[in-house]
Amino acid sequence: MTSKSVQNGFHIFQFVNAESLQSYRLQADHNDIETTCLHGSWLSDVWKNTATTARSTLSSAFNYAIQALGCTIHCEGLIYGSPSRSLMTLQHRDTPYNNPQIEFKFNPENLTRAKEIISHYPTQYKKAAVIPLLDLGQRQNKGWTSISVMNYVAELLEMPPMRVYEVATFYTMFNREPIGTNFVQVCTTTPCMLRGSTDILNTTLSHLGGIKPGETTKDGKFTVIEVECQGACSNAPMLVVNDDFYEDLTPESTKKILDAFSRGEKPKPGPQSSRQTSENSAGLTALTSKPYGPGEHCSPEFQ
Amino acid sequence: MLASSSSSRVSALRYTSRLRGLATIAEAPVRRYGGLKDQDRIFTNAYCRHDHGIKGAKSRGDWHRTKDILLKGDSWIIQTIKDSGLRGRGGAGFPSGLKWSFMNKPNWQADKRPRYLVVNADEGEPGTCKDREILRGDPHKLVEGCLVAGRGMNASAAYIYIRGEFVQEAAHLNQAIAEAYKDGLLGPNACGSGYSFDVYVHRGAGAYICGEETALIESIEGKQGKPRLKPPFPADVGLFGCPTTVANVETVAVAPTICRRGASWFAGFGRERNQGTKLFCISGHVNNPCVVEEEMSIPLRELIEKHCGGIRGGWDNLLGIIPGGCSVPVLPIQKCNEVLMDYDSLKDAQSGLGTGAVIVMDKSTDIVAAIARFSSFYKHESCGQCTPCREGTTWMMNMMNRMVEGRGHKREIDMLLELTKQVEGRTICALGDAAAWPIQGLMRHFRPQVEARIDAFRTQHGSVGFGGHLASEVDDTLALPDNLGVRLPVDAPAIV
Repeated sequence: MTSKSVQNGFHIFQFVNAESLQSYRLQADHNDIETTCLHGSWLSDVWKNTATTARSTLSSAFNYAIQALGCTIHCEGLIYGSPSRSLMTLQHRDTPYNNPQIEFKFNPENLTRAKEIISHYPTQYKKAAVIPLLDLGQRQNKGWTSISVMNYVAELLEMPPMRVYEVATFYTMFNREPIGTNFVQVCTTTPCMLRGSTDILNTTLSHLGGIKPGETTKDGKFTVIEVECQGACSNAPMLVVNDDFYEDLTPESTKKILDAFSRGEKPKPGPQSSRQTSENSAGLTALTSKPYGPGEHCSPEFQ
Repeated sequence: MLASSSSSRVSALRYTSRLRGLATIAEAPVRRYGGLKDQDRIFTNAYCRHDHGIKGAKSRGDWHRTKDILLKGDSWIIQTIKDSGLRGRGGAGFPSGLKWSFMNKPNWQADKRPRYLVVNADEGEPGTCKDREILRGDPHKLVEGCLVAGRGMNASAAYIYIRGEFVQEAAHLNQAIAEAYKDGLLGPNACGSGYSFDVYVHRGAGAYICGEETALIESIEGKQGKPRLKPPFPADVGLFGCPTTVANVETVAVAPTICRRGASWFAGFGRERNQGTKLFCISGHVNNPCVVEEEMSIPLRELIEKHCGGIRGGWDNLLGIIPGGCSVPVLPIQKCNEVLMDYDSLKDAQSGLGTGAVIVMDKSTDIVAAIARFSSFYKHESCGQCTPCREGTTWMMNMMNRMVEGRGHKREIDMLLELTKQVEGRTICALGDAAAWPIQGLMRHFRPQVEARIDAFRTQHGSVGFGGHLASEVDDTLALPDNLGVRLPVDAPAIV
């Protein structure tokens, strides 16, 4: 029996019957799950050294590991498990940094804002404010929504906590794991992909020390994820850092932006090319004249 | 059979041309669409070159005599919108005046429930970035539009559901609403008309499905954005159980200008049943992608050559265009030459206008990968409520990802198409249809490319069965199901 620790908290035990090469089993230590990513250079070796005949058994062992851990295994171009952060396991398990005993409360400023938000909705429908309040809580809680944030919002809106968990797990903008200081979201949907977002994603990942989508850099400054369309397609490719859109990117400008953020500065959001918004970059083809004023061109009764 | 029918068509053509030759009446001149002038553009600050605040907005004609529009009354507003021929700009293209009139059923006054207008600013369709320009450049047009449209349907309040990622846009919108309240343009006596109206902003949190009207309502109510079954339609039971109408940003924002400039002005643009002006957003392989307001029915080719500097490498370098956002089928170059950008022309070309999001792909594009990426998108965004969509989008994604590689059997193309047909029309909302159509469009026009890829993979790796199983890796000592297709010849006909 050999055992190998792949990352903090993961122990994978391998049972090999050298004769038949058929019996593989992967197990994990459930108590101390720190991360949901698992890189399989070791697993990849196992895969390569496995006879073709035994691979289906091995692959079901991988699937077992994926189900038990919510992890990702990259192996010979095949990806087992979920590559996307938003598809992470929907289960909550108490950890030292995320458990209901950690107290969370809105600060006075956010409490005033929360009350103002609640007042937008009919009094008997207070729970309509759950998405804005979770967002407010996430901002106060360093960019992620812990179980305490959810419980607090449930208490504030007098709704069952389960209803809040449902919402927090449904919407992709709620991070249920801690993130770095700068949350980098690279759009990779087709319109961006056509303009080279794969390069932008690879540049981002390699420039930040070769992390993988969904991971945080070691210094805790950046978390990078791939996201679906952000609605700036005429300015593709683009990425979002925290709340700001950076558009018309090239690998060079991407590096510049990331460098500025790692120095603690905030570069100017918007297109990184010469254009101002989404106009034709070779010169305006519309809206070249002075805008018409009140009453101009209106029908006689509204002039 | 084929030969005889084509020869009879040729003779029919000859006959008509002879008739035309004898006719003395000149044919009506063909009207050209496109070439909208700046004075007819509604969104005059689409590029954020001017002040987006109330002062700038008023100098560009917003809030000009809004009181008089309100005092004209609900039926006048709705009739004007009906006469203008405005159709919903969010994708479905339902006539807006008619939709709004559903709120004013006979004896609606007896219903004491509040009534809501909900504005859909959850712009998430890949390729679409038009509402963003309205929200950040012309937020007052939208706020004023809420008031006018709200008066038309006798609503008491409007909720603007803006996608969570649009932080700057939401800030501009909030500023516009605060300024309008301060100026007395909104509130208990909006614009001094005696009509009471409130506008609220509700920020979403990242879910494409919330662009569907009932999912959006669910989301405002603080639930998961899962579409509701209709009926009851939102006009009867909508937001908070009250009569509600959901409309796109662009539809609402053009309403005040239509009322001020007259329905006939708006109806003067575009073809019959497709009137008006429209924001088009062009992305992908054009020289200068941009967002631009143009006349409806502008030829697709003219739109691209006039406003985007043409296709990268010239028009002949074009492979295909998706004319209305990711939910509509792709068009090959032959069709791109002739289609007009309006609802009917694109429908005739077996595609759709959708949101007016033109995604251009030149010959360097891996079209299978481009469509496969859409399948991943739909897999990610399916809400999981209806089984055909939840399971189908995953299947479609897996199959499309294999098609990118060519790892599959040719017969799987038809299986995939059958799968799309099984999803289409069997779900509560249109997301299932939207996931199916791009694949159908791909196979309709680019099937040879997909087949070539399968052949290439087969040459390299030997026979491939269904599900991407390589015949070389199959273990014959194990009991295998006999329908894996690993021993099928490549061109084996499907068993009927």
